[in-house]
Amino acid sequence: DYDLIVIGGGSGGLACSKEAATLGKKVMVLDYVVPTPLGTSWGLGGTCVNVGCIPKKLMHQAALLGQALQDSRKYGWQYEEQVKHNWEVMVEAIQNYIGSLNWGYRVSLREKSVTYLNSYGEFIEPHKIKATNRKGQVTYHTAETFVLATGERPRYLGIPGDKEYCITSDDLFSLPYCPGKTLVVGASYVALECAGFLAGLGLDVTVMVRSILLRGFDQEMAEKVGAHMETHGVKFIRKFVPVQASASFRLKVTAKSTEGPEIFEEEYNTVLIAVGRDACTRSIGLETIGVKINEKNGKVPVNDEEQTNVPYVYAIGDILDGKLELTPVAIQAGKLLARRLYGGSSTKCDYINVPTTVFTPLEYGSCGLAEERAIEEYGKQNLEVYHSLFWPLEWTVPGRDNNTCYAKIICSKHDNNRVIGFHVLGPNAGEITQGFAAAIKCGLTKELLDETIGIHPTCGEVFTTMDITKSSGQDITQRGC
Amino acid sequence: GKNEYDLLVIGGGSGGLACAKEAAQFGRKVAVLDYVEPSPQGTKWGLGGTCVNVGCIPKKLMHQAALLGSALKDAQHYGWNIAQPVHHTWSVMAQAVQNYVKSLNWGHRVQLQDKKVKYFNLKGSFSDSHTIRGLTKAGKETIVTAENIVIATGGRPKYPTHVAGALEYGITSDDLFWLKESPGKTLTPFVFNVSLECAGFLTGIGLDTTVMMRSIPLRGFDQQMASLVTEHMESYGTKFLKRCFPTTVEKLENNRLQVTWKNTDLGTEETDSFDTVMWAVGRAPDTETLNLETVGVKTNSETGKIIVDASEATSVPHIYAVGDITEGRPELTPTAIAAGKLLAQRLFGQSSELMDYDNVPTTVFTPLEYGCVGLSEEAAVQCYGSDNIEVYHAYYKPLEFTVAERDASQCYMKMVCLREREQRILGLHFIGPNAGEVIQGFALGIKCGATYPQLMKTIGIHPTCAEEITKLHITKRSGLDATVTGC
Repeated sequence: DYDLIVIGGGSGGLACSKEAATLGKKVMVLDYVVPTPLGTSWGLGGTCVNVGCIPKKLMHQAALLGQALQDSRKYGWQYEEQVKHNWEVMVEAIQNYIGSLNWGYRVSLREKSVTYLNSYGEFIEPHKIKATNRKGQVTYHTAETFVLATGERPRYLGIPGDKEYCITSDDLFSLPYCPGKTLVVGASYVALECAGFLAGLGLDVTVMVRSILLRGFDQEMAEKVGAHMETHGVKFIRKFVPVQASASFRLKVTAKSTEGPEIFEEEYNTVLIAVGRDACTRSIGLETIGVKINEKNGKVPVNDEEQTNVPYVYAIGDILDGKLELTPVAIQAGKLLARRLYGGSSTKCDYINVPTTVFTPLEYGSCGLAEERAIEEYGKQNLEVYHSLFWPLEWTVPGRDNNTCYAKIICSKHDNNRVIGFHVLGPNAGEITQGFAAAIKCGLTKELLDETIGIHPTCGEVFTTMDITKSSGQDITQRGC
Repeated sequence: GKNEYDLLVIGGGSGGLACAKEAAQFGRKVAVLDYVEPSPQGTKWGLGGTCVNVGCIPKKLMHQAALLGSALKDAQHYGWNIAQPVHHTWSVMAQAVQNYVKSLNWGHRVQLQDKKVKYFNLKGSFSDSHTIRGLTKAGKETIVTAENIVIATGGRPKYPTHVAGALEYGITSDDLFWLKESPGKTLTPFVFNVSLECAGFLTGIGLDTTVMMRSIPLRGFDQQMASLVTEHMESYGTKFLKRCFPTTVEKLENNRLQVTWKNTDLGTEETDSFDTVMWAVGRAPDTETLNLETVGVKTNSETGKIIVDASEATSVPHIYAVGDITEGRPELTPTAIAAGKLLAQRLFGQSSELMDYDNVPTTVFTPLEYGCVGLSEEAAVQCYGSDNIEVYHAYYKPLEFTVAERDASQCYMKMVCLREREQRILGLHFIGPNAGEVIQGFALGIKCGATYPQLMKTIGIHPTCAEEITKLHITKRSGLDATVTGC
């Protein structure tokens, strides 16, 4: 019936289907949200729009505004001492905005003549899927080409009480009541970002970490992110794992140390599980048509053109094995795929040096390699690492967090001191990192950094005047202009 | 006889201090003279120059105070319960800003000491090409000789010459940042970045502010961007008197100021009273009392600035100049610092690296900030012809504005590229929050010779404002709607 059927109406799926439609193809998109154990569900748009980037950044902004309120007094603003945060007002405003985005996507699909089904899609035979809607009504559809873009959902712990009493990020952003005293289990960026903004809104927050923070990220930066959260009131319990969640007056969590027999018990109003996400590939009939998945993580291996082992089935976004779980990557991959399939293009998605930002209270932006990865790949003696602490001008008047913000670049000595790793810990890290990512794509070297004039006064300019190397052992404590 | 110092720097601002400290690193004997002639209103300050005392630093801090005022309004939408009334007290802000500036003055003195640079709080002038006569406020004289001399005396705000009462009753940016009491209802005539930035933060902290401009805003900047900036300021609450220029300023009995001006559009004369009139007519180089004629250092007859070559050398051997005082250079702190450092490296460090003044990024810190690097659209058209350039543009809405219900009509960006094959980027312009942070990295990209295709290959960081730059695809030429829609 169709040229293209896309299963999954998230960042990747929508981008791909809209681009294919623009190129004149007959396209269908299926999107269906299986409700969480608590019953939470949402509209068209996928993780990013509904339970990811968008609500996350808005709640992060709410927390930052709390900090701004405190700063503002030092800048001469005066108002009543007691300022409290109202969770419901915030959630309503954010959900309204998300609702407008869901609506906007439906309109956009309609305008581009993409057929949209709010149904769960599964393969029943080659080139054919079965679509089941909420009421259980079934329809069947065929297409020449399929794109899998079903994304992921949060993983649970597999301990007694987890699904009954605990929530995940899927629930947090539309929670109708304030989470109150919260335990966040996990050390992923999701865990730290959520813990960060919850604390910023004035809640009592504890993070329980099994081993390291932000696995996969530069560990020096990860520890600094965590240290900042700790100095700002987030409690960390390291090297413990929960073994049970039960309901008494509040929620009781029992945890065990990973290093010994020690037991920890505490009560919370909310337990947020953020230990990772699982790909939605197990029950969409992939076995029926022979699409191979990585059994360990459920993800789909593809070649550099996003094609699975079955030639007419492609995959994009978070479900890809070995690729970055980021909205812009999914969008780019989706668009380029459509252009290759129907637009005569041969441009492939460039997964190298993709920049990212973790929106913890102290934001962390990066592009390129983590220091430990660089050392592994190039050898320590072939690298020069420049670094600097810096104090955003705006923090001087309120007198906060001196010598906390940090900038680091990793250069490859034998390649003209080319910048192979860029890391910044500070406010507006995303805005700072974006341009540098473009520069790195253009072959940025230390020399070019030194030759470029900084914009004054900003945080980003620190990268144009970095003189001190790690190897020199010199002190990078800041003392003035 | 032998000169006392290897290097003497006249002027302890961004350029002067950078040069002096760098030279000292090479083990040279270095001295710095810094002296602040009080403003006509009597304002003066410590070591560090314009940027630290009456420029970038206090300006950005007061801009931040204004931004925090907006944050307070936003916060309510995000669930923060703030009881009204909310009001701003100038003296609390001014005291905090002034204290921070003073700590920087102190920091600079300590740094000079640490690096063994001799500091003289003296007003210097040339006796001959290797001798400087330094005077204290009381007129006590000290003679200093040096092998090399660097002039880095910067500039000071100009007063309008044809307006009666301008000097007696008006202030400039030199005074604004040191006021102990609120400036109240303020008029800022003429328009350079400084006046727009100041008018912006004064409005933001709740003061009745009017900008008066004779012709175009932000001369030298991309005019489309300049009008978006002023458009935003107007919707933000700043009043604009366009195509007007002041004729007289009188003091009233209640100590307020009566200003009369000509409206060139209507051909009428108008008048109103203000608490403060802050002139932002431009800046004049501080060379008058240096005695440059004695040693033959050539200056530009129109601007009065010192003429230098690509190595910062003046017309007199062993005498150099860096910073705002030099002809044809951008008046920016980072360029002065870089030029000063490189000069020291060439003089004493066996370097031959010259300063690159191309593609210097800058940001105007108006309430909605404007950052740019490279050519304005009109400069690109002039240079290459409109057929040979492609302008990609977009109106976007920062995510944070959505819940805050803020108007994003002027949030706009444009990229000016060459049209031929490679599509090299000639200029990038961005209006929005944190414009400086957004532009900095892209300035580097442009230094690397970034092309439009390379930028399109760069994946965006989501959700940010900067990522929209990597998604620019609508051209002006196409005439299509350039509003970014949805995710």
